[in-house]
Amino acid sequence: MTEPVLSLSGVTRSFGALKVSDAVDLDLRAGEIHALIGPNGAGKSTLIKLISGEIEPDAGRIRFAGRDLQGLDQAARARLGLARTFQVSSLIPDFSVRRNVMLAVQAREGSGFGFVRQVSGDSRLGDAAMTALGRVGLQDRAQVPAAELSHGERRLLEIAMALALRPRAFLMDEPMAGLGSEGSGALIGFLDSLRGEAPILLVEHDMDAVFALADRISVLVGGRVIAHGSPDDIRADADVRAAYLGEE
Amino acid sequence: MTFALFTEQILNGLQLGVMLFLMAAGLTLIFGVMGLINLAHGSLFMVGGFVCAAVAVWSGSFWLGLAASLVASAAAGALVEIAVIRRLYDRDHLDQVLATFALVLMFSEATRFVFGSSPLYLNPPAMLSGPVMLPGGIAYPAYRLAIIVAGLLVAGGLGLLINRTRLGVRIRAGEADREMISALGIDIRTLYTIVFALGAALAGFAGALVGAIQSVEVGMGEPVLILAFVVIVIGGIGSIRGALIASVIVGVVDTMGRFLLPDLLSGMMDAASARGTGAAIASMLIYVLMALVLIVKPRGLFPAHG
Amino acid sequence: MAEFLNERRMSLAIALALLAVPLMAEWLGNSFYTTLATRAAILALAGVGLNIALGSGGLISLGHAAFFGIGGYAVGIIASHHQAYEPLMTWPLTIAATNQMPVLWLVAILASGLAALMIGALSLRTSGVYFIMITLAFAQMIYYFAVSWPAYGGQDGLSIYVRDGFPGLNTLRPLDFFLLCYAVLMVVLALVRMISGARFGAMLEAVRQNPARVAALGLSPFRIRLVAFVLSGMVTGLAGALYADLNRFVSPSMLSWHMSGEIMVFVILGGAGRLFGPVAGACIYVLFEHVFGGVSDYWQFFLGALLLGVVLFARGGLIGLAAGRARHD
Repeated sequence: MTEPVLSLSGVTRSFGALKVSDAVDLDLRAGEIHALIGPNGAGKSTLIKLISGEIEPDAGRIRFAGRDLQGLDQAARARLGLARTFQVSSLIPDFSVRRNVMLAVQAREGSGFGFVRQVSGDSRLGDAAMTALGRVGLQDRAQVPAAELSHGERRLLEIAMALALRPRAFLMDEPMAGLGSEGSGALIGFLDSLRGEAPILLVEHDMDAVFALADRISVLVGGRVIAHGSPDDIRADADVRAAYLGEE
Repeated sequence: MTFALFTEQILNGLQLGVMLFLMAAGLTLIFGVMGLINLAHGSLFMVGGFVCAAVAVWSGSFWLGLAASLVASAAAGALVEIAVIRRLYDRDHLDQVLATFALVLMFSEATRFVFGSSPLYLNPPAMLSGPVMLPGGIAYPAYRLAIIVAGLLVAGGLGLLINRTRLGVRIRAGEADREMISALGIDIRTLYTIVFALGAALAGFAGALVGAIQSVEVGMGEPVLILAFVVIVIGGIGSIRGALIASVIVGVVDTMGRFLLPDLLSGMMDAASARGTGAAIASMLIYVLMALVLIVKPRGLFPAHG
Repeated sequence: MAEFLNERRMSLAIALALLAVPLMAEWLGNSFYTTLATRAAILALAGVGLNIALGSGGLISLGHAAFFGIGGYAVGIIASHHQAYEPLMTWPLTIAATNQMPVLWLVAILASGLAALMIGALSLRTSGVYFIMITLAFAQMIYYFAVSWPAYGGQDGLSIYVRDGFPGLNTLRPLDFFLLCYAVLMVVLALVRMISGARFGAMLEAVRQNPARVAALGLSPFRIRLVAFVLSGMVTGLAGALYADLNRFVSPSMLSWHMSGEIMVFVILGGAGRLFGPVAGACIYVLFEHVFGGVSDYWQFFLGALLLGVVLFARGGLIGLAAGRARHD
């Protein structure tokens, strides 16, 4: 069996006396969508932060694309091919939609340090950006400042920026949050097609989306993985029903 | 070098440290509670120095001058807070820097207009004008010793005020969470004015005390202000305890550097260049210390939050 | 877009006015105003430097006097060797002093860039109010060093007896020197404009607005800010070099924190983050100093009042008042 794209072993992190991640083992394999679910405060977002490098674990290892991530900052991890979308959309508000994605293309090419060639006339950046926007259906909004987008459009722009990075894996923190049922339906279809391009670690509250998309599901409660398996396993798991799905 | 000389320099360092603490405590309190960076804090120091000197000369009493300087700097602080500063709490740091820089210009020019450009001189009170004999036969100026004692008393009093009184509870609440303090039904505007005036009084007190050691002149507060910033960076912002420890460290390192370096270097070069080089390096010492702290602990030695 | 065009038109008007004043003055035979305009152009250049860090990068440096002064001292020190017919150093190799501005500028740019690299690498580890205090403190360190280092004048500063030369110009003539400074200012403005439109400019702007996003894209905000800070220090250092030759004198006052504050004032009076903001700001400052300085000894009181008014009531600076809100505010 080939090595998973991303693997966590024994990852632990405390804030004061509170263990927000408790010896978490988790992996993400090529071609899959692995959903991470759990009640609020279970430590899902903390895990995303640990993987993306925003915070460091107290113990445990995180491997990605064949390397240990310890000591690498966020930017270095992103350069290795880890693309993150934020729970609360994180955009460059004064840039147009297209310029936001151009920034991602520029970052993928590893060049923040061009001093002469003007970005506005750089058709390669612009074309790549438009391609990514086309895939999420935002091409008609390309010239609008990101600050003026609707909530749903911002979520899509986040995903377009992640696409433009051509990553080896996606870390998506609640991409469905705040989308209407029509919007999330379309996004489910899109993410479904994305798994062949790069695997997705998906943190999500929308259970319809999770059960429609996930190849595997891990359930996080109180910082610990209490259950792990296929969607059918998880549906059947009594612990999960008791602890989380809230069914009597 | 004798033991007596060495002890004297240590005490001088302590005295500088205590002065810096009076400045840094106010700055860090104001930053901690209101989130404001105040460049005009040095101007309040200057106000204290000038008022003390002027009143002492006019009345013949240092103590009356000292009392007047406390009242004047607290009043100036409250006035400035009400007229300008409270408009800045919601602004970004850039606006705060610019507005308080503008206040520095206005304070300096106004003081020059009232008192003229030549420095004033202030004598220490008669009862403290001589030396005292310390154990070990060391003679040390009584006034400087009094400054150290006064500074430490103020530090203790400030600690009590913050930890033991209702005002202190409110100040700590304000540092922790600004929403909470309004939820507690505390009049936040008044609290802010009080905290600012308290910081101003501490600065004015320092200015008045220093006035009898140095000359009282326009711009006297600015080098002290910048040293107090160094103290805050080293001690960690928002922390009174950090400010106290860092003040003493900075005061002693600066004083001892100026005292020891020329001697240390005289082994390596002739006396004149040892003096010059030693003085130049000594003047940079505390900034090097600050750089080292930044490398090891970017949030200071005693970070107040997190 | 109308606002943007308006700003461009204003920039052009400012550039032309700054050029017209000395030409008129020379025509009328009064080179005092030429010197005044030269001063404005040089201070504007110092502000253009700070604006790279402050306006584009959002880095509130209260220590740019360090770079201004280092640029000035680079010129002053080399000139002091040159006028004493001494080499700059004899070991490990002999380097002769020069009085040619292109070489002096290069030295000033390198020296201030190196200082900015060191100060930036330390102070950019922090942010917010720490960054302000630390840049201020390091500049003060260099100030005290200059005051207490006896070899190059200490507190008294250094005189440059004859203004340094530039190939093909007589820099002793006020108009020649003005045109030289003006040309340098315009070239630097063109370069800044080019850089801000290029990939680096886009990244710097993005880092100012949302550093977490830039890190998530795989570029280090620290490095982008550091490069901006070094570029910023270099331009301000070049301004310091010109300022030394304008006054034919350098002293620790070029390094004082008041200077840092004033450079910031140029940027803010005109409008931070606008290409010509510092030019407008420096012109207003010099004009203000000339007019009010002639009326009152206490003119800085009124400068303070003006600054306070701009901060409290006109946040986009004066270009902002005239041309509308900045594109990014």
